[in-house]
Amino acid sequence: MEPEVKRFVADHVVELPKSGIRDFFELVAKMDDVISLGIGEPDFVTPWHIREAAIYALEKGKTYYTSNLGLIELRRAISSYVEKHMGVTYRPEDEILVTVGVSEALDLALRAIINPGDKVMYHQPCYVSYHPTVQLTHGIGVPIPTVASDRFGLDPEKVKSAWEPGCKVLLLNLPCNPTGGVTEKKKLEEIARFAVEKDLLVISDEIYAELTFEGVHTSMAALPGMRDRTIFLHGCSKAFAMTGFRIGYACAPAELIEAMMKVHQYSMMCAPILSQEAACEALLRGDESVKMMRDKYARRREVIVRRLNAAGLECHRPGGAFYAFPSVKSSGLSDDEFAMWLLKEEKVAVVPGSAFGLGGEGFVRCSFATSYDSLIVACDKIEMFMERLSQKS
Amino acid sequence: MNGVFKLLTEGEPLDESQMAEVLGVSIDDVRAQLTELKDAGIFLGWRPVLNPNVQEENAVRAVIEVKITPERDGGFNRFADRISRFDEVDSCHLMSGGYDLLVFVHGSSLQKVAAFVSERLSTIEGILSTATHFLLRSYKEQGYMLTQKDEDSGRLDVTP
Repeated sequence: MEPEVKRFVADHVVELPKSGIRDFFELVAKMDDVISLGIGEPDFVTPWHIREAAIYALEKGKTYYTSNLGLIELRRAISSYVEKHMGVTYRPEDEILVTVGVSEALDLALRAIINPGDKVMYHQPCYVSYHPTVQLTHGIGVPIPTVASDRFGLDPEKVKSAWEPGCKVLLLNLPCNPTGGVTEKKKLEEIARFAVEKDLLVISDEIYAELTFEGVHTSMAALPGMRDRTIFLHGCSKAFAMTGFRIGYACAPAELIEAMMKVHQYSMMCAPILSQEAACEALLRGDESVKMMRDKYARRREVIVRRLNAAGLECHRPGGAFYAFPSVKSSGLSDDEFAMWLLKEEKVAVVPGSAFGLGGEGFVRCSFATSYDSLIVACDKIEMFMERLSQKS
Repeated sequence: MNGVFKLLTEGEPLDESQMAEVLGVSIDDVRAQLTELKDAGIFLGWRPVLNPNVQEENAVRAVIEVKITPERDGGFNRFADRISRFDEVDSCHLMSGGYDLLVFVHGSSLQKVAAFVSERLSTIEGILSTATHFLLRSYKEQGYMLTQKDEDSGRLDVTP
């Protein structure tokens, strides 16, 4: 008999765990009429003026490759958008790189920076791709815990105590998927000072920046001494509801962008031109659409947090993004069991927190990028589910 | 303005109990806020938005441009008020530009709308002229697309 085909797969990929979200998706996909709070993207369709810009570009025959860095018009738009909203200035010519989503930008940043064995600090629970991307670049992940009592914000003391010799990068995602955690400016400043002290490069994925519900978002790159040691990552997916367009971007000092561009030009070449054209429209004229959507998320946040707490699931108010991250401890179930039973009995899908790494166990992620209708029905069902559980025990 | 007002202006299709849920108040509070808005003359009432392309009754709709000699006291207001009171009239607006009032009317047939214009509207003293345009097909009504809707998004049920 032939040996298994798997023998061709690289060792470090064999070792790479499959995303826990994928297993859960397979399960949900087999069921009908599921109300899903498991979706990590906006429920809004991309605003029409942005879609229309993509159609117009197609009509005009814009079907070519663009510069590896991205269309210069888009880079100019990014430059002024980032300056206006984040308070940091980047040169469109050589300090901005347009990528296929922030996921590519993160991959490029790590591939351009990490030598085998370099250590990357990142906070957990976190977005599913962080640790695997570090592993794929042969780096070593150094997790920093975040906890519910801090509303999953990043505690400078925990950053300091997690640090160990060999740490080169601090990877941040604030506001955070899955926890909705944000970190106040004062603490960020302290973390920034620590990054300077330990000579850390900060990769800051701020994809949910616009979806900050309390006060204004502070960008890591805008803090004193940080611009030249930060790779700022952002994109159009969440704020402009453009996930399918796949547009992300990286802003950083020219030498770092040049390094990332090398990897990008040999792997991706460039982001799709139609998406880039749409992104131009979004960044130049999309502020009102963003505000409308943020207002709606903000109100849904109040609804879901109130209802989850009322159902007996302790849930902090997320400071940003569109995820509630309640503890399921009171149910007496693990997060996996909770998600599975809730799906089977009530046909409501939430994502087990352990899919997001250590510290996520015992929690579930409930997306409120969902219409009021579904949100209210889902909350009713969760409440019934919890009532039944308490009767059983 | 109150929370109900904000929800109404956002055009969310919510009933009273859903509004209560969203705002975190009781249904009675929602009703009280609605009454408050009604009393203030801000919220006028509920009406269904129907697709004019499939309506059978009152199937004919027209827009009429009306030119008027304004009166010394009251300007256009008395005319506008008088015209607006006809049941056939859906809405009536004072306009800048080449005519004075823009009047949206409906009727069960072309003849009935025509008769309304020639017998009721244009005979009012002070009305100089009318120009009637019949609506042939509607593409968007009160914010609702009538032609092509966004298809079911195909958003996956679980994504990172």
